[in-house]
Amino acid sequence: MQEKTLRETEDEIIDEFSLFDDWMSKYEYIIELGKHLPIIDAEHKTEEFKIKGCQSQVWLTAEMKDGKLLYKAESDAVITKGIIALLIRVLSGHKPEEILNADLGFIDKIGMHEHLSPNRSNGLTAMINYMKNYAKIYAGQSVQ
Amino acid sequence: MSTDDKRETILDESNKNSFDVNEIRNLFPILDLHVHDKPLVYLDSAATTQKPFSVIRALERYYEQLNSNVHRAIYTLGEEATAAFEETREKVRQFINAEKTSEIIYVKGTTDGVNLVASTFGESVVNSGDNVIITQMEHHSNMVPWQMLCKRKNAEIKYIPVDEKGDLVLDGLEDMINERTRMLSLVHVSNTLGTINPIKKIIEIAHSRGVPVMIDAAQSVPHLKIDVVDLDCDFLTFSGHKVYGPTGIGILYGKEKFLEMMPPYQFGGEMIIEVKFSGPKFNELPYKFEAGTPNIADAVAFKPAIELVEQIGYKNIADHENSLLSFATEMMEGIDGIRIIGNSDNKAAVMSFVIEGAHPYDMGTLLDQMGIAVRTGFHCTQPLLEEVYGLPGTVRASFGIYNTIDEVNYLIDCVKRARNMLV
Repeated sequence: MQEKTLRETEDEIIDEFSLFDDWMSKYEYIIELGKHLPIIDAEHKTEEFKIKGCQSQVWLTAEMKDGKLLYKAESDAVITKGIIALLIRVLSGHKPEEILNADLGFIDKIGMHEHLSPNRSNGLTAMINYMKNYAKIYAGQSVQ
Repeated sequence: MSTDDKRETILDESNKNSFDVNEIRNLFPILDLHVHDKPLVYLDSAATTQKPFSVIRALERYYEQLNSNVHRAIYTLGEEATAAFEETREKVRQFINAEKTSEIIYVKGTTDGVNLVASTFGESVVNSGDNVIITQMEHHSNMVPWQMLCKRKNAEIKYIPVDEKGDLVLDGLEDMINERTRMLSLVHVSNTLGTINPIKKIIEIAHSRGVPVMIDAAQSVPHLKIDVVDLDCDFLTFSGHKVYGPTGIGILYGKEKFLEMMPPYQFGGEMIIEVKFSGPKFNELPYKFEAGTPNIADAVAFKPAIELVEQIGYKNIADHENSLLSFATEMMEGIDGIRIIGNSDNKAAVMSFVIEGAHPYDMGTLLDQMGIAVRTGFHCTQPLLEEVYGLPGTVRASFGIYNTIDEVNYLIDCVKRARNMLV
C-alpha cells in the first residue's frame, strides 16, 4: 500500500471536517479523537517531557524508526488532546524534512486556528514548535 | 438627539429606586454583540467590566474637546483639562469617603497600587528578620510584590490560611502577628472564591498590635460601598476598569501620615516642586506619587462610571447581583459532578466551579462556542487553587449590574450541554 503524503492526510482531515454542519458535531468529533489518543507511556509523563501551557498541560515524546519520526503525546484537556491527535495523524510517520516543511494549513481550514493562538495558552503552539524541534534534531540541523 | 445620546443620559431619575436590568443593559453598547453567531453572554466582569456609553463618550469628548497637559498650564484648555482631571479625584474622594483629595493617588490599577506601596512604604519599614502577612487567597498582584519585597529584605512572608469553604481562618491571626510584623495586606473580595473577607475586624486586630493594613479592593468596589474612614484601613487600592470605568486608571488611597513619610515611587516631571543641578525638591501630595504626564483621559472618563454606580446605588446593585448569584448557585448544584469552589456564607457575585471529568479549558472552549464569556484557569491565584484546593484551575462566571436571570439560565443549560459532550 502506498503511504499517504503529509499533504494527503491534511486534505483527508479537511474533507472529514467539511461534513460537519455545526460547531457541536465538529467538537464532538475532536473530543472523541481526544479520548482515543494513544496515551503516552507513564514513564514519559514527567516534567522532562512536559510542555507547559498556562491552562492545559501537554506531554510529548518522539522516536525515530526506519528514518521516520513517531510522536506520542498526552494532555489533561480533551479538546487539546483531540487537536494533538490530528497533528500526530498528519506529522507522525514522516521523515524529519517533511515535518519541517509542513505548514499545517489544515488547522485553519477546519476552523481550529483559534486553538493555536498563544492567548489560549493551552500548550498547542508550543507543542508544534517542539514537534518541529524534534524533527530538526533528527534531521541533523541545529535547534533554534 | 441621537439614540446613542439618549442612551448616554442614564437612568430616569424618577425611577431611581427601582432596578430595571434592561434599562441598564441599554447603557452598554457591547452587550448587543454576537459571538459565534450567538448573542454575547458576558460573565467575566470580575476580569473587567463592560463600559457604559457615558464612559465611552467621555473618552471621545476628552480627546475632541479637552486634550492638553494638566497642571501649570496658563491657557484655558489646559485649565479645563486640569479641572476635569481633578474633578474625578474629588469624585473618588467622596465615593470612598476619604478625608482629603491629597490622599487619592492616581495609579494604573490595583497592581500598580500594590507595587507602589510595597516599593515605597514596604521598602522603608520592612527590614531583615521582619515579616509581612498576606492571605492564601491573594491575587498574584497582592502576593508577588510582597514576596519580592520580603526576598529583597530577607524578611518572612506569612499567609493567613483559607479553609475548605473559602473563608479565612482567623483563629491564629493574633499569634501570627508579632513584634516583627510590619504590614498586613489582604484582599477584600476574592476574585476566585467570591468570599467577602471581614476586613474591618482584621484591620482592628492588626491595629491593636500597631500593624498597618492595606486592602486590595479591586473586586469589592464594583459590589460594595467602601468607606475608608469607617474601615480605618491605611491603604486601599482598586482599578477603574473593574467598576465600569476605563482600563489603565486606578486609585490608591493612603492615610496622609503614611503618604507623607513614604519616599516617591518614580521620579521625573510633575512630582517635583523644584530641581537644581544639586538635586530635586519633591512636590506635595498627591503629586509626589504621580510622576510624568498622567493618564488624563482615562481619569476624566472614570467619573461617569462612578456616577453610574452611585446613581444605581449599592443597595440595588447588591440585591440584583445577589439574586443572580443565589439563583446560579442553586441551579449549578443540580448538575452532576459539579463542585462549586468558594462556598462562603458571605460571597459577592463570583461563581467558580469544576466538573468532574471536564477540564476547565475544555468547558470554557465549548461555552465560548455558545456565546458565553467565562474565564478559566487559575485566575491569577495559582497557589490558592493548586496548593490549597489541588485543582488545575476552575471555570469562573462573574456577574455585573447588566447580567440577567435569563443569562444565568442559559449558562446552566450550556454547562450541561458541554458536560454531556465532555464526560
